[in-house]
Amino acid sequence: MSRISATFEKLQAAGRKALIPFVTAGDPDNASAVPIMHTLVAAGANIIELGVPFSDPMADGPTIQRSSERALKNGTSLRDVLGFVTEFRTRDSETPVVLMGYANPIEAMGYDAFADAAAAAGVDGVLVVDYPPEESEPLTMKLRHRGIDSIFLLSPTSMEARMDGAARLASGYVYYVSLKGVTGAANIDLTEVAERIPQIRSRVNLPIGVGFGIRDGATARAIAGVSDAVVIGSRLVQEIESSPPEALLENLHRLVSEIRQAMDA
Amino acid sequence: MQMYDLPDSKGHFGPYGGVFVAETLIHALDELRTQYESLRNDPAFVAEFEHELKHYVGRPSPVYHAKRLSQKAGGAQIWLKREDLNHTGAHKINNTMGQALVARHMGKKRIIAETGAGQHGVASATVAARFGMECVVYMGSEDIHRQAQNVYRMKLLGASVVPVESGSRTLKDALNEAMRDWVTNVEGTFYIIGTVAGPHPYPMMVRDFNSVVGRELLTQMPDVLGRQPDAILACVGGGSNAMGAFYPYIPHADVRLIGVEAGGLGLATGKHAATLCAGTPGVLHGNRTYLMQDANGQIIETHSISAGLDYPGVGPEHAWLKDTGRAEYVSVTDDEALEAFHMMCRLEGIIPALESSHAVAHAMKMARDMSSDKVLLVNLSGRGDKDMATVAERSGLSL
Ligand SMILES: Cc1ncc(COP(=O)(O)O)c(C=O)c1O
Repeated sequence: MSRISATFEKLQAAGRKALIPFVTAGDPDNASAVPIMHTLVAAGANIIELGVPFSDPMADGPTIQRSSERALKNGTSLRDVLGFVTEFRTRDSETPVVLMGYANPIEAMGYDAFADAAAAAGVDGVLVVDYPPEESEPLTMKLRHRGIDSIFLLSPTSMEARMDGAARLASGYVYYVSLKGVTGAANIDLTEVAERIPQIRSRVNLPIGVGFGIRDGATARAIAGVSDAVVIGSRLVQEIESSPPEALLENLHRLVSEIRQAMDA
Repeated sequence: MQMYDLPDSKGHFGPYGGVFVAETLIHALDELRTQYESLRNDPAFVAEFEHELKHYVGRPSPVYHAKRLSQKAGGAQIWLKREDLNHTGAHKINNTMGQALVARHMGKKRIIAETGAGQHGVASATVAARFGMECVVYMGSEDIHRQAQNVYRMKLLGASVVPVESGSRTLKDALNEAMRDWVTNVEGTFYIIGTVAGPHPYPMMVRDFNSVVGRELLTQMPDVLGRQPDAILACVGGGSNAMGAFYPYIPHADVRLIGVEAGGLGLATGKHAATLCAGTPGVLHGNRTYLMQDANGQIIETHSISAGLDYPGVGPEHAWLKDTGRAEYVSVTDDEALEAFHMMCRLEGIIPALESSHAVAHAMKMARDMSSDKVLLVNLSGRGDKDMATVAERSGLSL
């Protein structure tokens, strides 16, 4: 069983929901990448989505765009990100790590080289924002072959046929993007999410994570009530952006703990 | 003649093209594809488009024998397809008119567009005004600074121009930002992409609307010359004017198709925008194509004297035509393009766009080595009024 499936099984048995933080690797600097990952886990994260910076993050709002720009200024490459995962694994062999990013850095490395390196580093899942199911099969097969899950997005406009398309290729979990727009946009529509999740469940036999627009413990708790996992990105990236270096890990720990506590309360 | 029926139903030209976007945009693209498939085969829609092209854009554009320029080159005869005479001064309006009509049929009341030089922004603002639609144009803040006149033109036409501060603050970032707007306001908004790039169906749709250029040539050239030209040349930024001229000629295997890219300061300097000549395949802006990128797959900044060619990608159909050898791609430097620009002014009384000047420059190079019974047809994609400040600055003047 993959590390991601095992994580969801364990949580389910305990009656808990997964908390999945997203951070951009290399923001604010390369040296902080692995300490940030360990801090997230210590504060209650169950899976880490690690953003691979890209020069043209078309699906991201200003907050994550800026984090990507900061990481690129630090020279953070896909190879560096894989190096962070390798280092993280020396101290944490349990927490799944999902790489999230755009197609081109993977295209540039080549599918085989990427799949091999990701497997060697201890990556558990890959979410390529601009590979919808139609374009993702060649990479998905190579990843599956090496025991790595492919995570797909579903959106409020994904019709049933598209859910089936994603279900055919997805493993680990699926990620329901809860609003129309880019990452970091303001309000999540709880009623809409509550209505959609059962529809997705009836067609996709995987845990469902919900993200985009979750900014506080109360919302996280409400979303956890109807889904299997809560993904929080822009709010954490904002914290990284506004924290002075010496307070960074402490601030992140506090924020993630608060959300964790709200979810478990 | 050989059959050519690309793209396939998923928008692929061989390994290129496709739909590489986030799930949140798929529905909108599906909707657009379905609508466009039915409209492109609807005689009433085709008639409506042709009516607008004739009465509003001023088509057909003439073909013109540039005799003094040919004489100067000393070899093959150079003919020009006068897209510079279109309303708004470039080929861009063929496409914006077509897409605005599609938007109307879809009941969309808000138009968004990205622009680099401002030509596509102006052409979008123009058709939005013509049809009473709201228009928002995204433009990199660097470009806003470089193209102040076109910014003012867009505003006169009632559009709002939104500065884009992300990334390199140029065309590629404006395209990212327009996509973000579209994903957020997808219900009432139509995104008019300005070249044969983006996710399917855009490369096909923009090509179709611009191929009025090639279709006119197919009958105009035999009328004036008794035969088809030996080669067709066009500048390639994203590749819409070139694709428009090339597409109807793809089955005519004896007509060479030559795309001219922006060589900037020279390919060896790395400061250029010659994506097909010097780039490698990858995925950007919704399609797989040749890109200017570093070893890590990050998109790199390009350089050209002409803002309209300053783009790190290129339409996926060009990538396919290059790989199959049906079209050839070359590059011309800033200096060579400027020299051709001045020659066109003095010898023909035509002030060409700096973009188009690249194609003229290569035609003159080629003509030299060809006999005088050969014919090179240059798609003169636009006029150079917008480039006055750039050219003056190069000559040490300020206007
Ligand atoms: C006059 C003119 N020609 C050519 C181009 C390049 O675009 P494309 O390669 O899509 O024709 C532009 C773009 O702004 C333009 O204004």
